Amino acid sequence: MNYGPLLFLAAFFALAGSWFGFVLTPQLQLGRLQQTNSIPSGATYPVARPGLAREGLDVYRANGCASCHSQQIGQTATTCDVVLADTGTNQAAMKAALLKLKPDWSDSEARQALGSLPQTLLRGATREEADAAMKTLNVGGAKVQLWIVPGGPDIARGWGKRRTVAEDFLFDYPVMPGSLRAGPDLANIGVRQSDPNWHLLHLYAPRVEVRDSPMPSFRFLFEKRRIERARSPDALSLPPELAPEPGYEIVPRLQAKALAAYLVSLRADAPLFDAPLTAPAPAAPATNAPAK
Amino acid sequence: MTDATSSPSRTNASQADATDAIDASCRVPLFVLVLSGALWLVIGSMFALVASIKFHAPQFLADSPFLTYGRVYPAATNSFLYGFCLQVGLAVGLWLIARLGGALLAQPWLITVGAMLWNLGVTVGVLAILAGNNTGFENLEMPGYAAVILFLGYLMIGLWGVVTFHRRRDRGLFVSQWFLFTALFWFPWIYSTANLLLISFPVRGVVQAVIAWWYSNNLTVVWLSLVGLAAVFYFVPKLTRRELHSHYLALYTYWMLILFASWGGIPNTAPVPAWMPVTSTVATVLTVIPILAVALNVFWTLRAQDPASNRSADAPSASPPEAEPRGRNSRAPSFFPLAFIVVGVFAFVLAGLSRVVGVLIDTNQTLHFTWFARAQSLLNIYGFLVMVLFGSVYYILPRLAGMDFPFASLIRVHFLLALLGILVLVSPLAIGGGIQTVLFQNPDLASVDIAKRMLPFLRVSTTGDLFLLLGHLVFLGNLAGLVWRFYRARAAAAYAVATADLFKPAEARS
Repeated sequence: MNYGPLLFLAAFFALAGSWFGFVLTPQLQLGRLQQTNSIPSGATYPVARPGLAREGLDVYRANGCASCHSQQIGQTATTCDVVLADTGTNQAAMKAALLKLKPDWSDSEARQALGSLPQTLLRGATREEADAAMKTLNVGGAKVQLWIVPGGPDIARGWGKRRTVAEDFLFDYPVMPGSLRAGPDLANIGVRQSDPNWHLLHLYAPRVEVRDSPMPSFRFLFEKRRIERARSPDALSLPPELAPEPGYEIVPRLQAKALAAYLVSLRADAPLFDAPLTAPAPAAPATNAPAK
Repeated sequence: MTDATSSPSRTNASQADATDAIDASCRVPLFVLVLSGALWLVIGSMFALVASIKFHAPQFLADSPFLTYGRVYPAATNSFLYGFCLQVGLAVGLWLIARLGGALLAQPWLITVGAMLWNLGVTVGVLAILAGNNTGFENLEMPGYAAVILFLGYLMIGLWGVVTFHRRRDRGLFVSQWFLFTALFWFPWIYSTANLLLISFPVRGVVQAVIAWWYSNNLTVVWLSLVGLAAVFYFVPKLTRRELHSHYLALYTYWMLILFASWGGIPNTAPVPAWMPVTSTVATVLTVIPILAVALNVFWTLRAQDPASNRSADAPSASPPEAEPRGRNSRAPSFFPLAFIVVGVFAFVLAGLSRVVGVLIDTNQTLHFTWFARAQSLLNIYGFLVMVLFGSVYYILPRLAGMDFPFASLIRVHFLLALLGILVLVSPLAIGGGIQTVLFQNPDLASVDIAKRMLPFLRVSTTGDLFLLLGHLVFLGNLAGLVWRFYRARAAAAYAVATADLFKPAEARS
């Protein structure tokens, strides 16, 4: 029997199936993804990276930074915290509710807790536990908040506040999620190190900023120049052993500035519908208004 | 199969003549493909060595933009994959298709032109990567202008492979032909999809990453397995002079491989809807079926006591249906080709099982980001496919040239260097990756400290890179020596024929 046509069909349908599954369907599902709103602030997310940062993405690509750095935060759990923001009007009932929630607390501990607000009463609870606690504490107009807290080794390490989602890469080309963590994950490096000058110095001399870092330096992104009239405001302030001879300075080329701008722009921490998270409210700005 | 068994008129001698003619038709394209493949292997392992030395001294060659780690490392993997694995995989595949079908290789000169285009494409691509013009997608780093040349080169080679397959005289198919025919048209499909949707008309956002993972998995897992297993199922019975234990088990392997392995590759931290990593994980777990089927089939074939009584009942085509040319059985002892291929099968099984176990235990989502994943992919590409191709080339090339390797004893040296190299390259990375996974669970440990603790493992693996480079030099030397010897002998013979008249004794001329 001639199996040639059967063989062709077998290979064709197997590959077509895989193509349909992992090329066509993702494109149908995600290819027209639009900007979304962060929750609850309603800010548009993501916004396109500024021009210099977009150029920096190209420098990141050209020098293969993704060979050693991932940009994917994993999340293995979502837990709830219950936070008491305001005790309301009925202090006695509140204290009773608190003692019900925390049977091992003494009277004075409860009073102390009520004195220092906001107070996190439950940590790492399930949704059901948190709902029950909120019901218990909901007396006399008390304000109880439920915080959603993503968890997992990456988040505990401080590499991100939530898992990475499709929206985070919406405007990037190419998308470089990386496959190896020879160095730290960079999905939120702009949150951890928001100063472009830190990045410039780190690129020029990694071991000045991070002791014993195995990262190669990227001196070809910088140039050594004679100081003409005055020191350039861009010049790196290097420790004496790395500083060039007197009369010279090290200034970043455009590529280095762009790369630093890109790194600073890496912040995938907006709370979204598909990756919820309660961010602590920013501290109220100091004013001269009389206290309420 | 019916012609071969039912026509007693085809004697052994005429069959051997036909085999000689097939080998002759494969000679020039295979010499070009295999020699340039070996050259890329040497170039690739030099890049890999440079990349590896950077873990001893981060300042090593750091001030040259062309040799920064992020460019040298993809240059190394692309030289290995496109320069050697695809090129020599195609060479071995073409020879198998011609031999198994009993047909002359179609248009060998056009295949040679295709091979030259392919090599031009790899050269342009690797230079572009070094110049910072990579695409940013893993295993697809070569830019669009190199991809066009590569694609044309592949079409010129693959098309004649399909024509040769179509002209086969035995209509029944040996299992290797299933694998090879599928591989021939798998690559152009995935390569054109990836290039069109990632480079020419890029899709938006994270879909790029999904397609890049799909491509990379289909290339490094499916394509390489198809070609490697085709060679395994041909050479293991051939070199042991036994029959393949089960033709149907091998066919089953084929089906399970193309159905399940083509769905793998999407990591579980991928920023995509959960069904994609979940589907991918399930499919990867199911690849345990073809992996075990290969292991059992090869094991039972090797274990069979008496080659003669081992005839399996299930299919007439359980052994490669062609005769060995006269008097060549003694040439090039078949121990080392077989040894290379058996090591390759071990690596295939080990790499595949570790992939399955990896996705199963990776619940904390960090294993696939560690050096363990790198070790696993090296074991699959290097331990499996490259080793199988070494064994195949050591078997095929002496037959094409009709003479032995000039340094036949160095095959043993190459085997030891390759085996040792893989062990010393892969095991420290695998152990280090395991430790790295545990360390990543401790959030108090700074990431630079984790990176520092990996350095001893990475430094040991440099030795493996060095062994491999030496082995590749031996391999290239042996191949180049064989080709040189062959053409020198031919030139001498041609010269003798051309000048026979001049040197005839005077009385004969008059």
